[in-house]
Amino acid sequence: MSEEKHHIVPYKTYLVILLVLLVLTFVSIAITNIELGELTVAGALFFATVKTFLVLTYFMHLKYDKPYIRIMVGFVFAIFLVVIIITFLDYYYRA
Amino acid sequence: MEQTKHVEHDHYDPEASKIGMWLFIFTELLLFGGLFIIYSVYRYLNPDAFHLAAEELDTFIGAVNTVILLVSSMTIAMSTTAIQKQNYRLTQWLLAITVILAFVFLVNKYFEWGAKFSHGIYPGSEHMLEAFSQGEILFFGLYFVMTGLHALHIVIGMVFIIWVMFYIKKRKVHHNRFALLENSGLYWHLVDAIWIFLFPLFYLIS
Repeated sequence: MSEEKHHIVPYKTYLVILLVLLVLTFVSIAITNIELGELTVAGALFFATVKTFLVLTYFMHLKYDKPYIRIMVGFVFAIFLVVIIITFLDYYYRA
Repeated sequence: MEQTKHVEHDHYDPEASKIGMWLFIFTELLLFGGLFIIYSVYRYLNPDAFHLAAEELDTFIGAVNTVILLVSSMTIAMSTTAIQKQNYRLTQWLLAITVILAFVFLVNKYFEWGAKFSHGIYPGSEHMLEAFSQGEILFFGLYFVMTGLHALHIVIGMVFIIWVMFYIKKRKVHHNRFALLENSGLYWHLVDAIWIFLFPLFYLIS
């Protein structure tokens, strides 16, 4: 009953994820220190997205939950992305 | 009033509470998401002013706070493992560390905001109106609203976690009934995830 009810995540998994998150943080700081113009913004957002994905998957247990929670989360992010795209289409073509 | 009413409290459904927490988290994501869109649009309209204003922020203190939040996220995540292994002492210690780290985050924020205030940078400041361009004023307006709202979430998270610690102490939350602990963890990871975006947008992109 217990293993069906809940997956116990080993401490080590959390520690490894923390280390990966810290490395990604320091890499993103190092990368934004280089002047890359517009790429800096893209790079920083890319690292933030990867980090959030790790937090959602492992710390927030989406990997171990039933798939419908993952689908709901994905749906909300998709809506958010659509709103961003529509907003920027508007500003971009205003000239 | 009557004795029979006391027996009814076992309406425990961990999956339903988890869905409830996730639905709440979605509203939070859209709240901060809206602010992120405002930030992106103003940044698009005032690229130079945002660039200039972001240089005022201290990347070091931002990075320290990022590390603090990431570590605190790990400790609260580990506490759900500890409670399932019935190691209550470790669970409480991990939660206590999480709360302490949250407090250190707020102390850093206090000094950071304090330094801004002493330079005349605060909402409604005369100095900003005279010395700063429109875009820089927008940047600092968003900076105070977004990091302030985030700090408010940190305070609420601390209260939430301390409340869960009391419940664990009274064994109202235990190894077979820990949805409340998991939900406090979900809330805390949300606060962490928001900071993961605030940090590059305000401190790094300059």
